[in-house]
Amino acid sequence: MKNRTQAIIENVSRRNLLKGIVSGGGLVMAAQFLPTMARAEENLYNTGASGMPGGAVWDPHVYVSIDPSGTVTIVTHRSEMGTGSRTSLPMVVADEMEADWAKVKIIQAPGDEQKYGNQDTDGSRSIRHFVQPMRLCGAATRQMLEHAAALAWGVSDSDVRAQNHKVVHIPSGKSMGFGELAVAAAALPTPSMKSIVLKDPSQFRYIGKGKVSITDLRDITMGKATYGQDIHVDGMKYAVVARPPVVLGKAVSYDAAAAMKVPGVIKVVMIAPTPMPAKFAPLGGVAVIANNTWAAIRGREALNVKWDDGPNADYDSATFKQGMAEQARKPGKIERNEGDVDAALAGAAKVIEREYYIPHGHHATMEPPAATVRIVNGKAEVWACVQSPGGTRGDVANTLGLKESDVTVNVTLLGGGFGRKSKCDFVLEAALLSREMGGAPVKVVWTREDDIQHGFYHSVSYQHVTAGLDASGKVIAWRHRSVSPSLMSNFMPDPKRESSLELGLGLIDTPFNVPNLRLETGEAVAKTRIGWFRSVNNIPHAFAMQSMVGELAAELGRDPKDFLLEMIGPARIVDPRSTVTGGLWNYGDPWDTYPVDTGRMRAVVERAAKEAGWGKKLPKGQGLGIAVQRSFLSYVATVVHVVVDKDGNVSVPRVDTAFDAGYVVNPERVRSQVEGAAVMGLSLAKHTLITFKNGRVEQNNFSDYKVLRIGEGAMNVNTHIMAHGIDVPSSGVGEPGVPPFAPAFFNAVYAATGKRIRDLPLGNQLSA
Amino acid sequence: MQLKVNKQSRTFEGDPQMPLLWFLRDELALTGTKFGCGVGLCGACTVHVDGKAVRACAISMSDTAGKSVTTIEGLSPDGNHPVQKAWRAENVPQCGYCQPGQIMQAAALLAENKKASDAEIQETMAGNICRCGCYQRIFAAIKVAAKEV
Ligand code: FES
Ligand code: FES
Repeated sequence: MKNRTQAIIENVSRRNLLKGIVSGGGLVMAAQFLPTMARAEENLYNTGASGMPGGAVWDPHVYVSIDPSGTVTIVTHRSEMGTGSRTSLPMVVADEMEADWAKVKIIQAPGDEQKYGNQDTDGSRSIRHFVQPMRLCGAATRQMLEHAAALAWGVSDSDVRAQNHKVVHIPSGKSMGFGELAVAAAALPTPSMKSIVLKDPSQFRYIGKGKVSITDLRDITMGKATYGQDIHVDGMKYAVVARPPVVLGKAVSYDAAAAMKVPGVIKVVMIAPTPMPAKFAPLGGVAVIANNTWAAIRGREALNVKWDDGPNADYDSATFKQGMAEQARKPGKIERNEGDVDAALAGAAKVIEREYYIPHGHHATMEPPAATVRIVNGKAEVWACVQSPGGTRGDVANTLGLKESDVTVNVTLLGGGFGRKSKCDFVLEAALLSREMGGAPVKVVWTREDDIQHGFYHSVSYQHVTAGLDASGKVIAWRHRSVSPSLMSNFMPDPKRESSLELGLGLIDTPFNVPNLRLETGEAVAKTRIGWFRSVNNIPHAFAMQSMVGELAAELGRDPKDFLLEMIGPARIVDPRSTVTGGLWNYGDPWDTYPVDTGRMRAVVERAAKEAGWGKKLPKGQGLGIAVQRSFLSYVATVVHVVVDKDGNVSVPRVDTAFDAGYVVNPERVRSQVEGAAVMGLSLAKHTLITFKNGRVEQNNFSDYKVLRIGEGAMNVNTHIMAHGIDVPSSGVGEPGVPPFAPAFFNAVYAATGKRIRDLPLGNQLSA
Repeated sequence: MQLKVNKQSRTFEGDPQMPLLWFLRDELALTGTKFGCGVGLCGACTVHVDGKAVRACAISMSDTAGKSVTTIEGLSPDGNHPVQKAWRAENVPQCGYCQPGQIMQAAALLAENKKASDAEIQETMAGNICRCGCYQRIFAAIKVAAKEV
């Protein structure tokens, strides 16, 4: 299997190499097909699934088992962090196989990408890459059950049909339950993809309906759902780690004896730091292992570690911001170029220049990271809240010098992910500490302070946009410089600017209809660990572009929504591939399946505006703002309504989001993601702020790292899902709700107050 | 020292300064009470102590002596407390991690004042963070539950 970093890099550079779903092989079953159904191959589209480590697997022998009582067990291979994929993907299988959802049990796959296909629950890919494989899996299962029944009755396959958990012989009406057929069906080979017939969508019972609640709902409300922090293994010890406050720092001295005096403390262990690029290797530091979490925390307090801070001790957010501004003000590296921006700006009737800044942010998943590892007879067993069980398995194997086949990664529920739990540093800590304890199970608990101070931070960014207008008020030039340290610094020598992957996140794929367009990057060095955070660089790119559109509309006295539509231009496919210098990253998916379609972008803008009552008269101090972004191959427009009181407090009485994610498998979970994205977007706009001083994160806990609380707004989010048939490829859902929120919010703040906010977060800028 | 947890008598002999949270989670394996911040800022660890909502991370074992603690596991024998039912009817959870704390806080609020106004609901629930952003549904579920308690 490809190594993951390589895969990421290859994905960045590859184009149009993507094949369809991997075939499961096996014998072709002779079967006639019902007229309302269509052969699988004719209806499938290509996705990037096959380009991911492990690709896509749909074999029922891997995913489905049926016991004689009729209980259908469906494996779910992606991690559950709140998007609902743990329910939605098995639901697709159940529907295609005609199972009764009440008789379905879901089990979570351990990390094994060779067996289950790609498990990297990231990039809003679960439905996008697996709706088709899971349909195939369910349909293949149905056909195997039907074939088993036909054999048992000695009749032709065309005379039998699976219906609601049993197979019926149509001429006679006799039937056999799935349980009765289980053994015979399981002994059959997997039908070839060519012979699989998918259900006609009109026959769906669960897919697209939004009537199935998440599988863990009852357990969650009873406190029985198990997360990484909740693992209990016999003989387990608890560890916390004092990590270097500055990335690449080292412990010079510490008082192990003082820590050992704390009742319950068993051992103090040093963990070495790993030089950059460290991928997900632990930060190092000093671990305290104890009989309970509290003793470990008290032991750590007694350590009194002295640190050598190393080369990142000079990281200071205020100074760094100045440096980024300087970079953004001079010509950068050209990433996409159309027409002649310099000439157009020189000849423009009016030139408008604006700068936008977003500081570092942090995921702050409600569940801080935690992992438990045990090593017995050279085999490691892991229990952890990881988004990437397959990658974690490889990293644990490397860290311990084991074969991958000797590592089992059990995936718990994740108390939030947002990208943080894609990075398994916390699991590797537990692996190292279990080894120090002779293989005894060790749970590493991250406290909230650990989480906030030792994250993989959403990158800081500085955007400088220059627009040229002609005498008629048409935008004839757009020059956009983006400066932001790269997350690729975890995987390779620091590229010191956004990589193709990051630029493809809503910058160089812009569809703006401007004849002279130049997108550039400036240099910025990563002085901490940069990580992807829900929707990643789409956040700063959308903030700058969509705010600038609002500013230009204001400058020209135009309606912001009409002007935005003009910037998008007529409905068409925009193909920037020939003008992008370093290759266009299309979220790892094939261009032909997911081109940039301004018709769909226009449609979400119009829909959100209409639903929000765009143009309605509002009292003083109130305003509507709009923004749109294509991200993760979906199109999302948001209208935010704000009310600003005389003290500068902003409330958000209503949000309307039009969401086009192609065919939607679970509209109810799409709505919950859009509601959550509005809360996270408002949190970003109002509060999100991580700053560094002397190389250290200045924030500690929810006292100084503020996140949105109930009642602060976004309590009335209206989601308008754009309706599509199953032929329109499903695209991302978890992330795309976030990027348009902040610019829509600040466009609304401008409409309400005439004040333009360009420096995030809002904090008290309106009360000043 | 002695206390009651979900109606059962329990004995504790460790560090009296240890927060109730770690006794519940590490020693009794009652992991429905979640660890979110450790300092009373997020509400994930909310339990009832003598019927009142308390942050288990911010109360020491010595302060629970002789008290009666109810955790999410003990809120209702069959999981059908009106708040739990409302949470399911409204499909509130995303990741679910904050939800036991939210439910315990909401149950205490409604036990005290089932006619709580919208503002009172929001004020009380503002101590419970949901990073997934389920606030709209949390609020809706409390309104539903209020009709039943
Ligand atoms: S863990 Fe107790 S309030 Fe956050
Ligand atoms: S549901 Fe995830 S934190 Fe509330």
